[in-house]
This record gives sequence, structure tokens and C-alpha cells, in this order.
Amino acid sequence: MVENRPFAAIFSHVVLIIGVVIIAFPVYLAFVASSTDATTISNGQLSLIPDRHLIENYAKVLFEGTDRSTKQPMIVPLMNSFIMAMIIAIGKIFISLLSAFAIVYFRFPFRNTAFWVIFLTLMLPVEVRIYPTYKIVADLHMLDTYAGLTIPLIASATATLLFRQFFLTVPDELIEASKIDGAGPWKFFIDSLLPLSMTSIAAMFVIQFIYGWNQYLWPLLITTRDDMQTIVIGIQKMLTVTDALTEWQLAMATTILAMLPPVIVVIAMQRLFVRGLTETEK
Amino acid sequence: MEKRTVFSHKLLPYALLAPQLLVTIVFFYWPAGQAVYQSFLIQDAFGISTEFVWFENYRSLFSDPAYYSALGVTALFSTVVTVLSLSFALILAVEADKSLKGAGIYKTLLIWPYAVAPAVAGVLWLFMFQPSLGVFGKMLNAAGFNWNPYLNSGDAFALVTAAAVWKQISYNFLFFLAGLQSIPKSLIEAAAIDGAGPTRRFWSIVFPMLSPTAFYLLTVNIVYVFFDTFGIIHTVTRGGPAGATTTLVYKVFSDGQAGGDLGTSAAESVILMLIVIGLTALQFRFIERKVTY
Repeated sequence: MVENRPFAAIFSHVVLIIGVVIIAFPVYLAFVASSTDATTISNGQLSLIPDRHLIENYAKVLFEGTDRSTKQPMIVPLMNSFIMAMIIAIGKIFISLLSAFAIVYFRFPFRNTAFWVIFLTLMLPVEVRIYPTYKIVADLHMLDTYAGLTIPLIASATATLLFRQFFLTVPDELIEASKIDGAGPWKFFIDSLLPLSMTSIAAMFVIQFIYGWNQYLWPLLITTRDDMQTIVIGIQKMLTVTDALTEWQLAMATTILAMLPPVIVVIAMQRLFVRGLTETEK
Repeated sequence: MEKRTVFSHKLLPYALLAPQLLVTIVFFYWPAGQAVYQSFLIQDAFGISTEFVWFENYRSLFSDPAYYSALGVTALFSTVVTVLSLSFALILAVEADKSLKGAGIYKTLLIWPYAVAPAVAGVLWLFMFQPSLGVFGKMLNAAGFNWNPYLNSGDAFALVTAAAVWKQISYNFLFFLAGLQSIPKSLIEAAAIDGAGPTRRFWSIVFPMLSPTAFYLLTVNIVYVFFDTFGIIHTVTRGGPAGATTTLVYKVFSDGQAGGDLGTSAAESVILMLIVIGLTALQFRFIERKVTY
């Protein structure tokens, strides 16, 4: 701080604390709701102190499901979300590493074309090509499969750009030394380039795991079977019954379950997350 | 920048590129091409015959009041969400950038909503503002506001906006904080020595130096409101009441739903595609400029 102004510091703390409270309150309220019973919520008597039904609600929602709406145990969608997020994150990293390696470390006809073909996918988010993509996935018999849920989302210009950017900063001496040792491209890739890329890969993983976990429109269209649903879609299905009948304590328990894994990833890997975010998107 | 030393191999680079190019062509370019093609077709009600009609779908789109309504909703929604989330994030980032005790904890406590799915954000806010049992919904009604997002357009729009802003603050905060931390402290100290107070320093040094970050965030936020808020709208209002929260993306979804009007939906997709291309081009033009800066 340039000057020492004690009151300014207090003011800053106040502003930040108000900010933190506004950010945290909706989640805290959901947590409290997930620890209470149906009558307390439907009578509008929700207090701000957690109640005694916490374990009961979570056990019910995980292993039995709601009584009135979906009646599906949420452990299945939770697993589906996890599988989907993992396939998307690992798949994106895998195919992007390979293509970035090709673009940076080889010279071949149409190299620039390939780069632009990948780069321009930035301009084609799922939302602008929903129904034609849906039709292709249906024609390939991939509806209600993990392949259909993940592969259409797996091509990623951002990951390729990040790895390309990183490879370009790797000193030329590394490849020269490898070549003198007689190493071929694969050996160089596995033994020299990959170990150096570990931080970039981890940062990318955090971002893409969250991206995969939070998908909404695509799983909404592509899955019809209950056992292929993701957790985020699972919450929405709990709300679609006549509103008065929504079992809010269970819906809120599901909501907490749906955000816990990605939030834990962000907090536990904060440094990697910040790095992944600021480096890829700039 | 290019590598001086490279591997020479005829087929390997193509094999390395194959997985990504395959996915890209099958699931990106082919459907995008299909969307363009379908936007020139009209299908009869039974899906038996299709007719090539040139720009008929576009013409009917632009004579449809519902489409103008969606355009208006999207424009208003993106303006309000962008302005509010950028302002709140900037205020928080400016305070968090000061070397306070516990600055790291504040940062952690402010960035986690990035990990919350938009649909989840929607459900959280719906629960607080549900008119009959939501904590704030009840309060508003007790105070005589006749609050009901299921029936009143303004209430629905406000609720969706609040959830969208809440979700986006963390992202903007992170980028503003990074931007603030990259401003050389010596510059600010020099201004302080010359007698500039905190307010003056903010507006004549910090704010201008933050403008590249702000401009970048502006385009990212508009793209966010256009596309990612679909989850919020679908869980909270389903585009209602009476189209008050139907954005362009939501309209693409609902018009093509259940074997609906694919030609119109495709024409809407193509227009959206043009908007994204415009926004992305704008963003990259600006990054080019920043590199030379």
C-alpha cells in the first residue's frame, strides 16, 4: 500500500466481506435446506441454522431418489457426470497434445490449413449447431452413450492453442540434443516434451474437467434414459413436477452434490486453475 | 515464432493430427454446414418432402415479432449482466489488490463460483426467490411487491439476471485482479509522490491500464450471456413468461424441439454463428493490438 490509511483498510475489508457473503449466501441457504425436512420448507419456515436431517436427505437422494418426481437414485447420475468430465478432460488433452506436437515439431504440406481448421472451431460452440450435431450423433447410434455425450465436445481449439504456445517456448536445444542422441519423434515426445508439459497439462485438466462436469444443453438433448443422465440434468428433472410438490430438501441436497466435485477441484488446485484460465483464454 | 529444428517424417504428422481433425470435421464443420444448408429448406408438416426456398426462412424470421423480442431480450440481458458483473468484480478486485491481511483467503472465497454450473446457479437463485416458499420471495411479497417470476415478465428477467451476474463475478474478478497486479507499483508510487490521491490515481493510472483486460472481458461476457446462460434460463423460467426470458439461443432450442421447425431453427443458428464470428474477430483484433502495445 502506498499510504498508510487505517480506515481505508477497514473499508476494504468491509467491501470484501460483503462480497464474500453475497457470493456464499445462495449456497449456504441450499446447504441449510438440504438439512431440513419437507414440511419446514413448504411452510416457508426455513431458518438459517442447519437442521438434523442432513445425513438422512443425502442418503435418500443418493441411494433411493425422490418420492414424487424422478425416483432415481442420484448416485448413478453422479457417476455419469464424473465419467463424462473425465473422458472430456483426458480426451481433449490427449488429442490436443498430439495435434500441437504435429503443428510445432513438423513441417508438412497443409500445416497451416490444419492449424486454421482447428482454430476456427472456437467460433462454433455447440449451441449454434445443436440439431444437426444431434442428428449426426443419432445416425451414428451414439444417443444415450458415453461416446455420444463426450466425443462431440472433445475437439478443443483452446487446449491445442495452449499446448502449441507452450511447445513454442521450449528451447530448440532440447530437440537438437534428442536428435543427436538418435531419438525419434515419439521418444522425444514421451521422454522430453511430456515431462516438461506436466504443469500445462494439469492446468488444462482443471479447466476442462469443470467444463465437462457443467455441460447442460448437450446432455439434455442426447440422453433420454434415466441411467445415462448427468447430475445437473438430474436437479432440473426434480423441479419439473408441479412446483408445490417439488421436494426442495432433496433437490437442494442434489444441488450441493452437483457442485461439490468441481468446487473442490478449483479450491484444491487453485494455482493451477488460475494459471489454466488466464493462460488459455488470453 | 517457428522452430528451427524439426523432425522430418512424411506420414507421422498427419497421423498425429488425425484424431482432432476427424472429430472437428464430423462434429463441428459437417453439422455447421448442415445448419447452413437446412436454413434454405422448408419441410412440410409430416417431414416427407423438403423444398429449397432460398432465403424464405430468414425472411419469415425477420417478419416474426417473436424473433425481434428474442433479439431485444438478448441485447438487454447481455448489457445488464455484463455491466453489473464487471462493475461488482472490479470493485472487489480493487479492494482485494490492496495488501490487506487475509487477501489470499478473500481470493479463494471469491473465485469458486466459477466451478458452479449455470443451471445450478439458476436453481440456487430460484430457491431463494420462489414466490411462496423462497426466503426472499416471501419477504418481497410480505412487503407488498407482488413478486412472482412465474407470472411477471420483469420479475423473471430480474431473477435470471441476478443468477447470471452471481455466476460470472468470479471469472471477471480473477482477470481484473491479474490485470491490477500486473500494473507496476512504481507508477502508482510516483503518482502518489506527485500528490495524486487514491481516487485520482485510480482514474488516471489504474483504470486506463486496466482497459485491455476490461475490453477482453467485455467480449467474453457477451459470449457467456449469449450461450452459457441457457442452463439458467432452462431451469428457472423456460424462456417465459410469454417469452420475457427467451434469448436467441433459447429460441433455437425451443423452435427446433420435438421435431419442430428445423428450417427456422437452422436459420437462427446461422445468424448466431455470424454473431459469434463477429465477436471472436473483435476479440482477436484487440489482442493483436495489445501485443504491439
